[in-house]
Amino acid sequence: MPGEAFKDLADYIEEKLGDAVHGHEFFGEELVLNTKAEHLLWVLDFLRDDKECAFGILIDVCGVDYPQRGEERFDVIYTLLSLHQNHRIRVKIRAGETTLVPTATGVYSSAGWFEREVWDMYGVLFDGHPDLRRILTDYGFEGHPQRKDFPLTGYVELRYDDELKRVVYEPVKLTQDFRRFDYLSPWEAMTDVQLPGDEKAVIPPHGWRGPPTKATKIKEGKA
Amino acid sequence: MNIQPANIDIAEETRIRPYTMNFGPQHPAAHGVLRLVLEMDGEVVERADPHIGLLHRGTEKLIEHKTYLQAVPYFDRLDYVAPMNQEHAFALATEKLLGITAPKRAQYIRVLYAELGRVLNHILNITTFALDVGALTPALWGFEEREKGMEFYERVCGARLHANYFRPGGVAQDLPAGLADDIMEWCVSLPAFLDDLGCLLTENRIFKQRTVDIGTVTAVEAMDWGFSGPMLRGSGIAWDLRKNQPYDSYDEFDFDIPIGKTGDCYARYLVRMAEMFESLKIMKQAIETMPDGDIKVNDYKISPPPRAEMKSSMEALIHHFKLFSEGYHVPAGETYTAVEAPKGEFGVYLVSDGSNKPYRCRIRAPGFAHLQALDFMSKGHQLADTVSIIGSLDIVFGEIDR
Repeated sequence: MPGEAFKDLADYIEEKLGDAVHGHEFFGEELVLNTKAEHLLWVLDFLRDDKECAFGILIDVCGVDYPQRGEERFDVIYTLLSLHQNHRIRVKIRAGETTLVPTATGVYSSAGWFEREVWDMYGVLFDGHPDLRRILTDYGFEGHPQRKDFPLTGYVELRYDDELKRVVYEPVKLTQDFRRFDYLSPWEAMTDVQLPGDEKAVIPPHGWRGPPTKATKIKEGKA
Repeated sequence: MNIQPANIDIAEETRIRPYTMNFGPQHPAAHGVLRLVLEMDGEVVERADPHIGLLHRGTEKLIEHKTYLQAVPYFDRLDYVAPMNQEHAFALATEKLLGITAPKRAQYIRVLYAELGRVLNHILNITTFALDVGALTPALWGFEEREKGMEFYERVCGARLHANYFRPGGVAQDLPAGLADDIMEWCVSLPAFLDDLGCLLTENRIFKQRTVDIGTVTAVEAMDWGFSGPMLRGSGIAWDLRKNQPYDSYDEFDFDIPIGKTGDCYARYLVRMAEMFESLKIMKQAIETMPDGDIKVNDYKISPPPRAEMKSSMEALIHHFKLFSEGYHVPAGETYTAVEAPKGEFGVYLVSDGSNKPYRCRIRAPGFAHLQALDFMSKGHQLADTVSIIGSLDIVFGEIDR
């Protein structure tokens, strides 16, 4: 469970930032701050410069895709580290395919490549980024491979063509269908407590005995 | 005899216009598949634009399609110079979500092998760094010692590189008889080699000319660019996750955190050199105080039952089958867990939706942030200095491209 000092920090940040913060969550000891794209720069600026926070290092920026959530399908997560206070925080915003997320490169220089990777992998647009090119995929690559609706095998494969004397791209041909095993087993649902992993179970007539598990919430994009 | 015609202005003739140069992707000093596009003004670098991704294998996407147990070997293939340190981060992240902790003996074995990985990594980095700036002998000497260390990997898990040894809940198997003694012997004999290595480089005039005051990073810049590990400590910031946010049993060991004063390539070399002695200190303590007991959690829902038991117990057989087909379901939640890998902070951001596969597994590689800073570090330096800087960054493309 989160320590008292950490809870105080969360309350302090919420009090100072007011409406810019849309609540916080604890995952075990870890503090996650929810905010919106338009408040992002203000929040990051505050977290870096405030004496109590002093989050001097932007460790990571990454995306997560929840396609079932509809319009705002992506989470963009900024992981910060404070060397002075020795604690971490995550700032989470939601974004869609057309949302312009302001770039954090003005606050932390390290955001440059991390944001390029999020753009490359998820297609989140960063407004004002000095150099928003693809970073990990091939020159001329199309699509955003880490989206959940992008197939694991991709769409194209490449080989060296001896006649053309160059590398050519061709549609992926699979000699065997991609096998995706379904591990959700119906007999796990013999009790009327919804266990994580048995979302396929038939709901008992009197409903679940406990609240729905977090798994269901994440599946529906509510968590 | 006058060779030059008198009517040509020599200054006009010898002026070199800015030009672009491709460095890599196949270049021995690029440490892998780095394509570096350099904008040069004569011999001076004006802009360095690293093109990465030539080793991109989509590890994060692949892990989303694998069970937690099947995801472990992917971590060996990230930073293949110190494979067990990456596994460590994933094992700790999964343990955090499962709400379990590894038994004491497993933690000590993990510490022992994480530190062995650090020594092997630093030997490789320092010797290849020296090779880049013109010294061949350290590499020849270093690889002999490194190979002895790789043997300890092989003896504990069967593979020199792709260990697959640290598992969520502990380690795959116990140390075989006699291994601890042999590691101890190696720990005792290695400092003599390290002193020799230091003799070759530390006061070497050429090595110092190539590294002192090259690629200087101030403490503020290091933080701004998201540095970690020896890169951060080289700039004078005393920060080490093993001390500041201890994981496993690191808080029970006695060791120091060496820091650099100048923030240049030479300071980073010195930090790595000193770190190896500290790692050996930890390894000796780990062997001396290694407790007896389990090496993985005693819960057959998470770690497989012993082989012998499977021959007689039906339940053990079922557990084994379920573990290696379906795997275990991890409660929904998310965590960012980081370890002090030899190259810096290696973190895993794991999101679980309650199923047997990670919903998202983000891998935060230290080299990614370090290479990003190459542009600002090499600006205004000569081309040959860029090679020194790349060497001191300690980059491995397995983890940068993922």
